[in-house]
Amino acid sequence: MDYIPNIVFALLLTAGIGFFIRNIKKLSRNIKLGKDVDVSDNKSVRWKNMAKIALGQTKMVVRPIPGILHIIVYLGFIIINIEVLEIIIDGVFGTHRIFAPLGRGYNFLIGSFEILALLVIVAIAMFWLRRNIIKIKRFLKPEMEGWPKKDGNMILYIELVLMFLFLTMNGADYQLQQLHAEHYTVAGAFPVSQFIAQFFDGMAVSTLILIERTCWWLHIIGILCFLNYLYYSKHLHILLAFPNTYYGNLKPKGQFRNLEAVTKEVKLMMDPSVDPFAAAAEDAPIPEKFGASDVMDLSWVQLLNAYTCTECGRCTSECPANQTGKMLSPRKIMMDTRDRLEEVGKNIDSNKGTFVTDGKQLLDSYITKEELWACTSCNACVEACPVSIDPLSIIMDMRQYLVMEQSAAPSDLNNMMGNIENNGAPWPFNQMDRLNWKTES
Amino acid sequence: MGNELKVPTMAELFAAGQQPEVLFWVGCAGSFDDRAKKITKAFVKILNKAGVSFAVLGTEESCTGDPAKRAGNEFLFQMQAVTNIEVMNGYGIKKVVTACPHCFNTLKNEYPGLGGNYDVMHHTQFLTKLVEEGKITLEGGSYKGKRITYHDPCYLGRANNVYEAPRDLIRKLDAELVEMKSCKQRGLCCGAGGAQMFKEPEKGDKDVNVERTEQALEKKPEIIATACPFCNTMMTDGVKSKEKETSIAVVDIAELIATAENL
Repeated sequence: MDYIPNIVFALLLTAGIGFFIRNIKKLSRNIKLGKDVDVSDNKSVRWKNMAKIALGQTKMVVRPIPGILHIIVYLGFIIINIEVLEIIIDGVFGTHRIFAPLGRGYNFLIGSFEILALLVIVAIAMFWLRRNIIKIKRFLKPEMEGWPKKDGNMILYIELVLMFLFLTMNGADYQLQQLHAEHYTVAGAFPVSQFIAQFFDGMAVSTLILIERTCWWLHIIGILCFLNYLYYSKHLHILLAFPNTYYGNLKPKGQFRNLEAVTKEVKLMMDPSVDPFAAAAEDAPIPEKFGASDVMDLSWVQLLNAYTCTECGRCTSECPANQTGKMLSPRKIMMDTRDRLEEVGKNIDSNKGTFVTDGKQLLDSYITKEELWACTSCNACVEACPVSIDPLSIIMDMRQYLVMEQSAAPSDLNNMMGNIENNGAPWPFNQMDRLNWKTES
Repeated sequence: MGNELKVPTMAELFAAGQQPEVLFWVGCAGSFDDRAKKITKAFVKILNKAGVSFAVLGTEESCTGDPAKRAGNEFLFQMQAVTNIEVMNGYGIKKVVTACPHCFNTLKNEYPGLGGNYDVMHHTQFLTKLVEEGKITLEGGSYKGKRITYHDPCYLGRANNVYEAPRDLIRKLDAELVEMKSCKQRGLCCGAGGAQMFKEPEKGDKDVNVERTEQALEKKPEIIATACPFCNTMMTDGVKSKEKETSIAVVDIAELIATAENL
């Protein structure tokens, strides 16, 4: 009978982690729906970027207030996870505070977890105020209505509950230690929860044990639930920020990819030895589609970008088009890409592993032409992203589809392109007049 | 004045068996836009004064393809690029300078993949080098103490991390450089990039250039300095829409220097 809690714990842990692995596999399958792209270069620079941007949070502090609050929550969760390790060992082996023999070191650890937990609670409260009371503009854009808003608050509530459970558990434990209850060896420092312990004065040992155990169980169950909530939430960034910053673009931001398929065609056109009237070989591959109209046309890095986005909206608040009231929001581009990718993933799941056309695509069903044409390609969104997401590359790939597959550019742009083709300038001036400025006064 | 400009073409030098040190890529705006032509001339005056060995392609130059690429027409871009590269490689060009950040970005970053490898400089970088080499000495006289705010062109700043060259030049003119609310990495676009220059903006509640001009006006400058012919157009229009064109000038860095040097 004594082993029942251990068995229950082991089962819960296995189920929690098993379900999480299942989701991660699905995530990875969906990301791999994207086109292959070679990002095996410059490994040392990539590791450095990951260390600096994801681990070191360097881009978060560009906006100091949310940046510092975020670092508190981030540090809190990373460091408090050391405690989760102890909880797991205790849970599996039926021990209590297995690391207690560390002595003063243990006191320091528990003490610092508690202080961090308190700071996390303060930071979460500030985040909640910013989203719901102060109503920071970037959290109120149209794409944030409904689930994204609920999701943002839900994460804060879960974190808040976890921190309270942790501190209440410690408070009860501390009180039990004072009462010299069996199993509750005197260990740890409780700079925060000793104040919670005051509320437990006069309670019987059995009640205190009930409180301590309840909090302990709810805390670990809460963590396992949170782990599995990630896949359904914008909060996935806590994991994906790391690979995403590793695979982030290393080239100058102004350098857009030259399409290889086009290079081949252009080279053929320019080659005088090619017979323009030759029939295509029978086994010639079907020409590649130019640009992107759906998620499968994007690269897997762009799809990883979409899952990494945590909807903070820094991109959108820096976007000149968005600032001046246009429909374009780079954050929405990322959210739409992710939502469409999820839809495609579900389609594959329910059709035995193959995608069955559903009459929808990323273009038009999610992202409108009006949004795409409002972009000035200024790279403000790319610069603003704290985790190296590149919304601009998706916009450009979709413009390529519009222009090269559908000839659907705005008429002004068709005029501009016609001019370049005919007279080598975007305006209707004769190329022979290019040097006239030299002699004009 | 215009007749005094020495502007050799690559063809002329080639015929004479000469090779210039650097190609001045004028660009479409610099060749055809009335306002931008003044920037072109100002830059040439400085090149002449500094005794730089340069040439232009003249009628052999053609659009780099930048607006076509940003509009999504990769075919047209690569056709332009390959044609231009053939001309430039034919002349054995090694160094290029241009006063247009869009040409700069495309030549520097997107041409190498198509066979065009050049050492490309933006004119603000080139001018900084001329100052460092002592080929031009800036005497700020006419700009001493003037409040100048500098608008970062996206394709020079964020796209290529050139923030300091233009600012150094303004400081060397003894002017008072004031920064706008959004500057450098967070500089706000003028609204022309990504082929927007050639189309009507999408529906919104304001034009991007007006928003940017308002940021500039907050700083009460006497001059808004730019380093891009398209930014110049957009900011000039913005200043006009605020009816400030008589008190605030929108000027390219090359023009600031040419004027300071009484060229």
